[in-house]
Amino acid sequence: MAGTGEGKKEEADYKRLHSFPLIRNTGAAGVPLPPSHTDMPEEMRVETMELCVTACEKFATNNESAAKMIKESMDKKFGSSWHVVIGEGFGFEVTHEVKNLLYMFFGGSLAVCVWKCS
Amino acid sequence: MPNNAAASMRKGSTVQKVILPGAKSTKAANKKKDEDEGVDAADGWDEWTHGKALIKPPDQLELTEAGLKEEITRILTANNPHAPQNIVRYSFKERSYKPTSAVDQMAVHFVLEGSLLHQDSDEACRLRAKEGLPEETATVDTGAEPDEEKPETLATLVEDGGEVEEAGEEDRPDSAASKTDRKEPKVTNQFNFSERASQTLNNPLRERSCQTEPPPRSIFTATATQWEIYDAYVEELQKQEKNKEKQKASKKDNDKSKKKTMLMETQTDDITKVVKASKIFERMVNQNTFDDIAQDFKYFEDASDEFRDQEGTLLPLWKFQYDKAKRLSVTALCWNKKYQDLFAVGMGSYDFSKQGRGMLVYYSLKNSAFPEYIYPTHSGVLCLDIHEQHSYLVAVGFYDGCVAVYKLKEKGFEPMYKSSAKTGKHTDPVWQVRWQNDDMDNNHNFYSVSSDGRVVSWTLVKNELVFTDIIRLSLNGAVSEGPEQQPGIAYGTSFDFHKQIDYLFLVGTEEGKIHKCSKTYSSQFLETYDAHSMAVDAIKWNHFHPKVFISCSSDWTVKIWDHTINTPLFTFDLNAAVGDVSWSPYSSTVFAAVTTDGTVHVFDLSINKYEAICQQLVVAKKTKLTHIEFNPIYPIIIVGDDRGYVSSLKLSPNLRKKPKGKKGQEQPKGPDMEVAKMEKLLSLLREPEHSTV
Repeated sequence: MAGTGEGKKEEADYKRLHSFPLIRNTGAAGVPLPPSHTDMPEEMRVETMELCVTACEKFATNNESAAKMIKESMDKKFGSSWHVVIGEGFGFEVTHEVKNLLYMFFGGSLAVCVWKCS
Repeated sequence: MPNNAAASMRKGSTVQKVILPGAKSTKAANKKKDEDEGVDAADGWDEWTHGKALIKPPDQLELTEAGLKEEITRILTANNPHAPQNIVRYSFKERSYKPTSAVDQMAVHFVLEGSLLHQDSDEACRLRAKEGLPEETATVDTGAEPDEEKPETLATLVEDGGEVEEAGEEDRPDSAASKTDRKEPKVTNQFNFSERASQTLNNPLRERSCQTEPPPRSIFTATATQWEIYDAYVEELQKQEKNKEKQKASKKDNDKSKKKTMLMETQTDDITKVVKASKIFERMVNQNTFDDIAQDFKYFEDASDEFRDQEGTLLPLWKFQYDKAKRLSVTALCWNKKYQDLFAVGMGSYDFSKQGRGMLVYYSLKNSAFPEYIYPTHSGVLCLDIHEQHSYLVAVGFYDGCVAVYKLKEKGFEPMYKSSAKTGKHTDPVWQVRWQNDDMDNNHNFYSVSSDGRVVSWTLVKNELVFTDIIRLSLNGAVSEGPEQQPGIAYGTSFDFHKQIDYLFLVGTEEGKIHKCSKTYSSQFLETYDAHSMAVDAIKWNHFHPKVFISCSSDWTVKIWDHTINTPLFTFDLNAAVGDVSWSPYSSTVFAAVTTDGTVHVFDLSINKYEAICQQLVVAKKTKLTHIEFNPIYPIIIVGDDRGYVSSLKLSPNLRKKPKGKKGQEQPKGPDMEVAKMEKLLSLLREPEHSTV
């Protein structure tokens, strides 16, 4: 918010800076977050995150294809049924199996929500 | 066909004979005529009886001779005139109607069932038997005749319709049925069969079902917007920067913090948390393993004692042993007065050439497998005593002359107090220690006796052991004042304090003398008994009678004394060096002694004044018994041997028998009775000697 008045130079800056995948979960700094953020086990989370990054980079312009790719890969790796939402702005309320949710931001403007509910 | 023909012929004749008024068609008439002409021979019998009177039906066609002689030719063909010849079927193959050639050409003209039976056949026999016709002359036909009429009539009646063939056909089932029904209701049916069936029991079906819990779910709600994403990134970046700064700062403190965490970890991993649980568990396991012993300890009473008169036996119970103390011999035993299952064992050596380390261990009857407490010591333990009130305090005397006090409450293996060369330790082995009542300042104190001839009182003051020499023993009765008079020293080996008279105590010496001393007179003995010819190993006041004490020695004897008399009341020779002797806590007249040949001797003076009522070998050969101690409550004793084992033995009922009132009078209970019992014994002894007493 602070950077709104600073002009476009900073905007370019933040686009470069904000390209890394950012998983929304209980932060390392101990900031109390809602209990049901990303709750996957470490190994699974890393794998899923890499998969999301790969998919989003591969289908940079087509979120639907990216979501489809993520969903299918997840179904194969961790069993059905996975659901994926990718978008720049959306609201949702989902029921997911515990320890099977990943909510992350990527590329500065994308939000990816992956969860399992069979 | 010939059969048929014959049958029809006969039929024809009967018709002629019986049914006259019946109307006949021309066809039938013709037929009949044919038959009559053709087979006259067959009907000859009829003709012979009736002559040649031909009866003609009234409506018979009158023919001329020529007409009669005219031949009418009839050709029988296989074609059925009634069969349709123009049946067509639709052929799907050729898509048109096609005449079918397969027309049923067979027509049945006449059927008649034969009623003839071979007279030898089974059926004929049966039939005959049924009708009661034993003669063979009776033809079967006659029997069948009456009912033959019926079908015929029927047949002829139908003939009016003009279809003989069909009538015949219809006739068949009817006649057959009627025949069987009436005459042979019970002809066995060759197709008769009986059906048998059974069904096995089916296993009952049971329903089983279960339901698994669905995997836990939760609901997640969020909104993804550009500004939220932006905020999240900004926050994350700030965090990262902070972390970097922190890391730089923390690298310096890293070493310190690591150490701290290490400490924390070791503290949390403390295994002592399970100590209590594991101890309980160990005891449970032991109780299970030695269940029979525990049962014996509690309930077994040797039934054979009743038949043994006075003698008793000892039942071995648990055996206590500690691997690390295997080479050491048991040098001291003491029961804990407060916890009656707990006792202390001092381990050391009586072999002066093999002195080395020692050990103080505590065993419980509840766990015979492993000691409750273990205190390894640098020097061999020679004696110990547990404080009566404060049962966690134990005084120990060592071979090197030191005395020490261990406190069970304290952790670690070191004694709470220990005497040193500075604080007046003995210069020779300490042979006995004994707690005394607290002094005026409520300080705990105990006494010790050593081969250096001193009896020392030790007082536990705050954190040090303060010593006071009570007496110096000398050979000549007169106590030497000067410390330099070395040759005059008497080596004390045992002592015991009077139960009631606080100042009075006895000291046994290596040369076999027993001195009666007082705490207050350090300069001289009150009395000296010329007791034994070898070292006095143990000396004990009676628990009940204030005057009586017992002593034992390596000279094979046990002696009982009245301290007011110079000579022993009783002397028992046990045929081996006596290691220890102990009064029983339940009777004034019972005591037990152990000898180096491995035998336990139990005496009851009230029962036998001359011999032991139980002499039992309790250890393997060549093992020397060193000490014995009665449990203050339970009827068991513990004996220690020179191989480091402690055995517990249960006294059989005879060994702890209460004396019966001989003249039926109720004996007073308690200590008074015990004193009286002893007094009675003594008076018996005294009377011949001291008639004036």
